[in-house]
Amino acid sequence: MAKIQLNGKKISIKPNFSISDLLKKYNLHNKKVAIEHNGKIITNNDYRKKILKNKDKLEIVHFIGGG
Amino acid sequence: MKKDFLKIAHKKLNSRLIVGTGKYKSFSETAKAVKASGAEMVTVAVRRVNILDKKKPILTDYLNPKKIIYLPNTAGCFNSDEALRTLRLAREMGGWKLVKLEVLGDKKTLFPNMIETIKSTKILFKEGFKVMVYCSDDPILAKKLEDNGASAIMPLASPIGSGLGLQNKINLSLIIKQSKVPVIVDAGIGTASDASIAMELGCDGVLINSAIANAQKPILMARAFKDAVISGRNSFLAGRMIKNYFASPSSPTKGII
Repeated sequence: MAKIQLNGKKISIKPNFSISDLLKKYNLHNKKVAIEHNGKIITNNDYRKKILKNKDKLEIVHFIGGG
Repeated sequence: MKKDFLKIAHKKLNSRLIVGTGKYKSFSETAKAVKASGAEMVTVAVRRVNILDKKKPILTDYLNPKKIIYLPNTAGCFNSDEALRTLRLAREMGGWKLVKLEVLGDKKTLFPNMIETIKSTKILFKEGFKVMVYCSDDPILAKKLEDNGASAIMPLASPIGSGLGLQNKINLSLIIKQSKVPVIVDAGIGTASDASIAMELGCDGVLINSAIANAQKPILMARAFKDAVISGRNSFLAGRMIKNYFASPSSPTKGII
């Protein structure tokens, strides 16, 4: 088990959990989102490779209504 | 008649009305208003996904980014770093290079911080972004933005969401006259006639959000703005008559009985 911070909230994830796995867990794998991992933007191609570690900070953003 | 396009960076738009997608009661109302406005480009904000509610509808379910141009903005950013972070994420989401930069300077007026805005424009331009820039109505600063690579200049008419209309037509006119890139009047427009006046001044387009979303009937107001922008543009192209201090009869005076 690892504890990470996702969009400001602490969550627990299974060991060997990738960003790709996380997106599936939250039903976001087919959505237009962008991801920042410990302050760095992760490109789509690296979602599978990036395994989440304890204390990682993740931001998942999308488009919302705005002026 | 030659087709009248609004060309921003590489995009050619038929409609000179750009609409914001904030403040609506529902996504369905947003989509209906956008449709009624005839806009081909909408502004959108970048925010955290709500991870607690997986089934909550999202904007892209209602406005297809393949059919309408999404213009990601940096609303809520108060310095260059925040704005750059937001737009780099927006680009990652699907190759959005055409973006709207706004770096705010004050929570009460939401006036732009022009020093941070110019700094950000410079960096974004170097990174290959096409930047449309929300700015104050100071012609010197507007010129600075253009010199630093802005793809469009977006001076405010009055504070964001205020509905106070065009408060400084002279400055807007000066910016319009000097700019070689499109000038889009952004922020403060309150009602359809304000948009017509802005277009008659010769600006290339207007960006409207609150005036439509906060109207009693937003969808009808969206249609009103569509017509107002077309009217104002045609009026500008037609060239208004010269003002006279005295009357000039509209009917012939010859043959009066």
